Amino acid sequence: MSAAEDAARRTSDRNGWLLSTPALVLLTLAAAGPLLIVVVYSFLSPGEYGNVVWNFNLDGWRGILFSRDVFDDTLVLADAHLTIFWRSVWLSILTTVITFAVGFPTAWFIATRPPRQRTLWLFLITIPFWTNLLIRTFAINEVIRNEGLLNTLLMRTGLIDTPLQIIYTDTAVLIGMTYVYLPLMVLPLFAAIDRFDMRLLEAGYDLYASRWNVLRRIILPIVKPGIIAGSILVFVPSLGAYVTPRILGGGKNMMIGNFIELQFGQGRNWPLGAALSVTLLVIVTVALLVYVRFANKDQGHG
Amino acid sequence: MTAPVTIAARNVVKAFGAGASAVRALDDVSVDIRQGEFFTLLGPSGCGKTTLLRLIAGFEMPTEGQILLDGTDISTLPPNKRPVNTVFQSYALFPHLTVAQNIGFGLQMQGRPAAEVKATTERMLALVKLEALASRKTSQLSGGQQQRVALARALAPKPKVLLLDEPLSALDLKLRKEMQIELKRLQLETGITFVFVTHDQEEALTMSDRIGVMSHGKLQQVGTPRDIYVTPVNRFVASFIGETNFLPGTTVAGGVKLGCGAVVDTKTARNGTVTVAIRPEQVRIVAATEAGAIPATVTNLVYFGTDTHYHLSLSDGAEVVARQQSGAGEDMLQPGTAVALRFAPGAAQVLED
Repeated sequence: MSAAEDAARRTSDRNGWLLSTPALVLLTLAAAGPLLIVVVYSFLSPGEYGNVVWNFNLDGWRGILFSRDVFDDTLVLADAHLTIFWRSVWLSILTTVITFAVGFPTAWFIATRPPRQRTLWLFLITIPFWTNLLIRTFAINEVIRNEGLLNTLLMRTGLIDTPLQIIYTDTAVLIGMTYVYLPLMVLPLFAAIDRFDMRLLEAGYDLYASRWNVLRRIILPIVKPGIIAGSILVFVPSLGAYVTPRILGGGKNMMIGNFIELQFGQGRNWPLGAALSVTLLVIVTVALLVYVRFANKDQGHG
Repeated sequence: MTAPVTIAARNVVKAFGAGASAVRALDDVSVDIRQGEFFTLLGPSGCGKTTLLRLIAGFEMPTEGQILLDGTDISTLPPNKRPVNTVFQSYALFPHLTVAQNIGFGLQMQGRPAAEVKATTERMLALVKLEALASRKTSQLSGGQQQRVALARALAPKPKVLLLDEPLSALDLKLRKEMQIELKRLQLETGITFVFVTHDQEEALTMSDRIGVMSHGKLQQVGTPRDIYVTPVNRFVASFIGETNFLPGTTVAGGVKLGCGAVVDTKTARNGTVTVAIRPEQVRIVAATEAGAIPATVTNLVYFGTDTHYHLSLSDGAEVVARQQSGAGEDMLQPGTAVALRFAPGAAQVLED
């Protein structure tokens, strides 16, 4: 390469960096910056009225799993915290599984309609998104609460004598999250099924596959990218859900999101809240890595 | 041929839709396809040939009539219960599987032991000469290679009948010729009954043991390529396969009298107005002075290299095309030349219209 070419390349490199400055600044301020503040805060001490005092220690991180005994100040495992983590992960997994179980037939149904009907069905699926999440959640509340639609109906028809206690249980949270996140599962599944070549079904049946084997050996592996995308879109916000467990789960059935909010609010323990936030981020990242790795590996060896 | 019948259609009707708007894709079709035969269903698009194939495969159920396999009614059996495999027009290869996995799929679904699946897959790969590509994904293959995978995949479970739905239509001319030879070789090597659907008459003539010509949901004629070409039963068959001259005439003692007055020597049981069909290569151009020949005038000529097509008009204005083999030194006849025609003995066919 000649010196002139070399110089030209360097100039164009410099221009490239210059051009990407706005994006880099934005990324730093909007993504990396706040995250960095959260990480730093997690190593500080809580202030008297919220906020933090600049006194580096690991109490915030210790607080995730342990709490100090009120009497002798020793560290004991905080069962309540573990319960919250476990509930969050478990409910998020269940939400993902249920939205898939409901969303797959739904997406298949839509994808196999004639094009004009398809648009209508997709429109209907996305309509709930136009309404505020809070209002949607209160609507679910209205349906499942003790004097709500469901219980009134069941009692009028004489199927039950006493109202079913659904509201303020994990089941209520599960119902709410399934309802709220279902479109996020249906849309990527629809996109994948829409691309699926229906002629492969005939090829499968022709080659002696049963209906179950056609589903398992042909349809599911081919629409897997849609399943992965849908699962991620449902699992990630489920894990950090705040509004739904707050309204439908009552005060007791907290998830990580509510627990974090508690630390920044009444708890006045910002470092613990920050540490919890980082933990949530790590859980999500690890879950995604494991899931994607698992999914791809399966694909590689058929 | 004395081979037993493998696949038979008995008065099969297939109607799509219901009531007055129902379309009869197949209208009372009966045919026997014998063991080890290369049988072609030939016809223009929409003639029902693919519908008949799909009925044999089990993707559709007949509205009336039966499909028999070795004498047993399989009309209501689902496709995965029929020992019949299909090579699809679009190939329909599984994109998430490798070439070898595609080929082994049917065997796996049949629950054959892994060792057998592996051995058969390898044999099939060798049969279609794709050993080197066994672990490729099908999207990385050329059209011709995908075609071979589709063939191997359908042959691997050793079906009693292999159905081929216009499998060569997506290939370019040169590859198509190669695959025609390849298909014929595979059929002879495996001894499996092939039912081949095509709208390409040349493909049908060169590959088939027998051809069923279809039009408007009906089988028009079933016979060897030679039967179909030399003695077409009606105008549709005569015009669909090869080129033909159609000349109107009336029956007289000993033959048919054409519009121009000439009498063509031919046998027919029919009476009155008929159509005489004669292939262009059966029309000989002779000197205008030759006695007993039909006078004609050259109107146009088209040179094809190996032969020349002369367009001629008879005295009543009827058009006849004559195909002459191009000689090396001969002069070509120029438009306007007065000549005479002779039909090769026995070549003229009287058609039911």
